[in-house]
Amino acid sequence: MYKIAVVGAYDSIYGFATLGLDTFPVSNAQDGERVLKMLGGGEYAVIYITEALAAELAHEISKYREQVLPAVIQIPGVSGNTGAGVESVKKSVEQAVGSDIIFGGQQ
Amino acid sequence: MASSQVNPTRMELTKQKKKLVTATKGHKLLKDKRDELMRQFLDLVRENMSLRQKVEAGIQAANKNFVVAKAGMSEETLHTALMAPKQEVYLETDKKNVMSVDIPVFEYKTRTADENDIYSYGFAFTSSDLDDAVKSLADVLPEMLKLAETEKACQLMAAEIEKTRRRVNALEHVIIPQARANIKYITMKLDENERSTQIRLMKVKDMMLEEAHHYKEKQAAYEAE
Repeated sequence: MYKIAVVGAYDSIYGFATLGLDTFPVSNAQDGERVLKMLGGGEYAVIYITEALAAELAHEISKYREQVLPAVIQIPGVSGNTGAGVESVKKSVEQAVGSDIIFGGQQ
Repeated sequence: MASSQVNPTRMELTKQKKKLVTATKGHKLLKDKRDELMRQFLDLVRENMSLRQKVEAGIQAANKNFVVAKAGMSEETLHTALMAPKQEVYLETDKKNVMSVDIPVFEYKTRTADENDIYSYGFAFTSSDLDDAVKSLADVLPEMLKLAETEKACQLMAAEIEKTRRRVNALEHVIIPQARANIKYITMKLDENERSTQIRLMKVKDMMLEEAHHYKEKQAAYEAE
């Protein structure tokens, strides 16, 4: 039985608590790294992380890319969509095909 | 090709031939695997993209609603309202095997029987905007989980495709040509050895005949007559 975590700035994630997801408000990248390491321990199957925080922890997140669990998924924060989530999908295509032939022209 | 490191022996030749057969078979299988993985990946990644766009739009709308809700209440009230969540979501995970890639399958369960039991506050002191905000976020949740599933599957499959592609290329451009070159080299060498043995035997036979019958002396004597 796994749980779901949401990590990011408090303003971006407090709503998720009402749905029953575990929220972990962090204010800086160091905290974020610490929390992410803790969450990666195996209790959580899905970790949603705000794009703003994910941008600072790209290295940590890439470690989880090839593991089956947990799935680290970027979501837009309250300050808006940076396009990093879409970028990570494009990265998958690039890795598999060699170049982004599907979403290349899309924003 | 750098084939100088192989011994030109029959045993080595058999070994290289076996290697070539295995490599060719492996190459064909891996190529099929890569093609099938790619086909499934392309479907999945399209789904992933459309889900992501939907989820991002949904979360953004929900965030907007939360900002509106926050504007209509004092911060303390809002914090108190959201402090003790009623609902909890658990995930049951299973694995699905797609062309030897294990991809996770999530099934979510809520702690209370009613999924819509999400309002963790009394309605007296909060604005109705907050209810809307919570509802809009709750509506995105199933899609968010679906997104987590597909996005993870895409990442894992992309990694596997990359690995398989490298293997296919290594077999196609290195292992198979090398085995072919080795086989050719050994065959040539063995043929060469065989010819030289034959020639040596013919020479020896000539010499032995000469010794037994003294053809050359007889020839000389005959010419002198």
